[in-house]
Amino acid sequence: MSRVMLREVAFARSGDKGDTSNIGLVPYRPDDLDWLLDQVTVERVHALFGSEVKGPIHRYTLRGISAMNFVLERALSGGVSRSLNLDAHGKSWGNLLLRMEVEAPPGWIPGWVEESGRIE
Amino acid sequence: MEGAMTEMGERLLRVGWGSAYADDNLDPAEDLACNGDLQVLCFDALAERTLALAQVRKRENPQLGYDLRLDEFSQRFFPYAARGLKLITNMGAANPTQAAVKLAQAGKSYGLKIAAITGDDVLDTILETDPVLDEVNCPLSAMTGKVISANAYIGADGVANALSRGADVVVGGRLADPSLFLGAAMWWFGWSPSDWSRLGQGIVVGHLLECGVHVTGGNYADPPYRKVPGLDHLGMPWAEVFPDGEAVIGKLPDSGGMVTPNTVKAQLVYEIHDPARYLTPDVVADFCQVTVEATENRDQVRVRGGAGTMRPDTLKVLIGVDQGFTAESEVSFAGPGAYDRALLCQEVLQSRYQRFYKTSCEEVRFDLIGVNAIHGRATPTLEQPPYEVRVRMAVHTQQRAVAERVAREVEWQYFGPSGAGGMRSQIRPFLALYSSRIPRDQVPVEVSIWS
Repeated sequence: MSRVMLREVAFARSGDKGDTSNIGLVPYRPDDLDWLLDQVTVERVHALFGSEVKGPIHRYTLRGISAMNFVLERALSGGVSRSLNLDAHGKSWGNLLLRMEVEAPPGWIPGWVEESGRIE
Repeated sequence: MEGAMTEMGERLLRVGWGSAYADDNLDPAEDLACNGDLQVLCFDALAERTLALAQVRKRENPQLGYDLRLDEFSQRFFPYAARGLKLITNMGAANPTQAAVKLAQAGKSYGLKIAAITGDDVLDTILETDPVLDEVNCPLSAMTGKVISANAYIGADGVANALSRGADVVVGGRLADPSLFLGAAMWWFGWSPSDWSRLGQGIVVGHLLECGVHVTGGNYADPPYRKVPGLDHLGMPWAEVFPDGEAVIGKLPDSGGMVTPNTVKAQLVYEIHDPARYLTPDVVADFCQVTVEATENRDQVRVRGGAGTMRPDTLKVLIGVDQGFTAESEVSFAGPGAYDRALLCQEVLQSRYQRFYKTSCEEVRFDLIGVNAIHGRATPTLEQPPYEVRVRMAVHTQQRAVAERVAREVEWQYFGPSGAGGMRSQIRPFLALYSSRIPRDQVPVEVSIWS
C-alpha cells in the first residue's frame, strides 16, 4: 500500500446551487472507483472540511462514468449572492477535496500520467 | 438547413452553444455560427444574480431589463438566422417582451420571426403566497429588505411551441439552461413532452452544453496533471444529436481546448445533486447510467444512457431581495515580517469595527489573502510565513453611508503598520437570492410572435 494524495488518483469539479456545494470526483482510471469508494467516505470529507460545512454531506455514485458526487449542505456561507467569502461559489472546494490522503493498492501507479501524456 | 442524416435516413440535429452567462465572449459563438454546420445555436445568459440585476434595470426603465448584449447578439447572429440558423436564448432576462420588440426591429430587414416566451416573472404571485425560503427555512415576509424579483425556471415546451410556429429567433426570460436545447430537440425530432426517458437523455445533452467551454477544456487544466491545449482561445461546443437523444459532443477543429471523455465527465457532474434525480422543469433526469466514450474523431465524445421520470409538479423559483450593500477593501504587505504586519493590521481593523461599525453592519469577515482566505478553517497550517499577504475586510450593511466609510477604513491603514500598500475598495448592491417552489398552474407561460 502507498499513501498518496487524492489529486494523484482523481480530478474534481465543484459548483454551487444556493448554499449547497457539490463536488464531482472522477478517477482518471475508472477501475480506481471501487477502492476510492471505500476510502473517500462522507465521514472523511466531513473531517477534511471541518466547520466550513455546517450541514450534512451526501455521497452519490455515477456508475456509468465511474465517478462520485458529494453534496455539501450549508457549505457556502449562505450562497454566492450572500457570502462574504472571496470564493463565494466554492469553485475551489474540489481542489480542497483533492488534498485528502488515500491508501493506494499494491502496485498502483498514478492514472494522470497516462492522461496528461495524451496531450502534446 | 438539411443537415446530416443517419444510416437509416433520419435527420440528425446539430446544435451549438454560444453563451454560458451574461458576460460571455461571443467570438467563439460566431465561429460556430459560421463554421459549425448547425441548425440551432443556443445562448444562455442567466446566472442566479443576473436576473435580479436585470430586474433592477427594468425598474429604472421599463423598456430595459434584457441582456446588455442584445444589440451585439442581433448584429452578429441575425445574418446567420436569415440563412436558416435558429437562435434560442434567455437573453430576455427580466423583459422578454421588450427584448422581442427590439429584436423584431433588428430582424425586419432579414424578414425574421421573433418569438417571446413570458410567464416566468411571478413576483406578484410570490408576494401574495409568501412562500418559505429553502436557505433560511422561514417565510419571505420575515426577511429584511425589499423583494425585487421572483422568477420561475420554465422549461422546453415554450421553445418547442415557438419553433413549431415558425419562429427564427426565440427569446425568453428564466428558461432553464438545458431546456433551451431540449426545446429545440423536441421540435426537431417531435419528442413527446411525456417521453421521460428521451427527455432525460436530452437534458444530459443540454447540461453538457449549457456551461459552454466547461466541456471543451475550461475549468479543467491543472498542470502537470491535466494539460489543455489552446486555453487562450477555447472553442464553444456543439452536439450532434440522434433521434433517440444519443449525441456526440465536439468542437471546431481550429478552436482551442479539447473534448475528451474526462472533460465531458467533469461537466456531467457540475452543479448536480442526486444524479438519479436531477430536477428540471421538463423531467426528473437520471444521470447514473450515462456513459461517455471517445470516438474515432479527435475532440468528439459519444454520450448516451440518460434516462428520466415524470417532471416535478412544482417549478423552482428564485427570489431576489435587496438587502443593502456589500463593502469590501483590501491592503497588501510584503517582505520580511509581512505576515506579522498583516496580522497587526487585521487587529487594528477588528478593533475599529467593534468600536464604530458593529451595530450598523449585519455581517463582517476578515481575511488574510494568501494564507487562509478561501478555505478558512480547513486550510493546512502554514509551514513558513508567506512573503506577501493581503488583508481583506468585508461587510454587509443596509446603510450606504456605513458602506462608504468601511470602504475607506483600509485606506487609513497607510498610517497603520509599516509598508501597507495596494489599497482597493468597492461597494456593491447586496442582492440576496433565495429559492422556493411554485405550483405549475401559477406560472402562465405564453408564446407570442413578433415580426
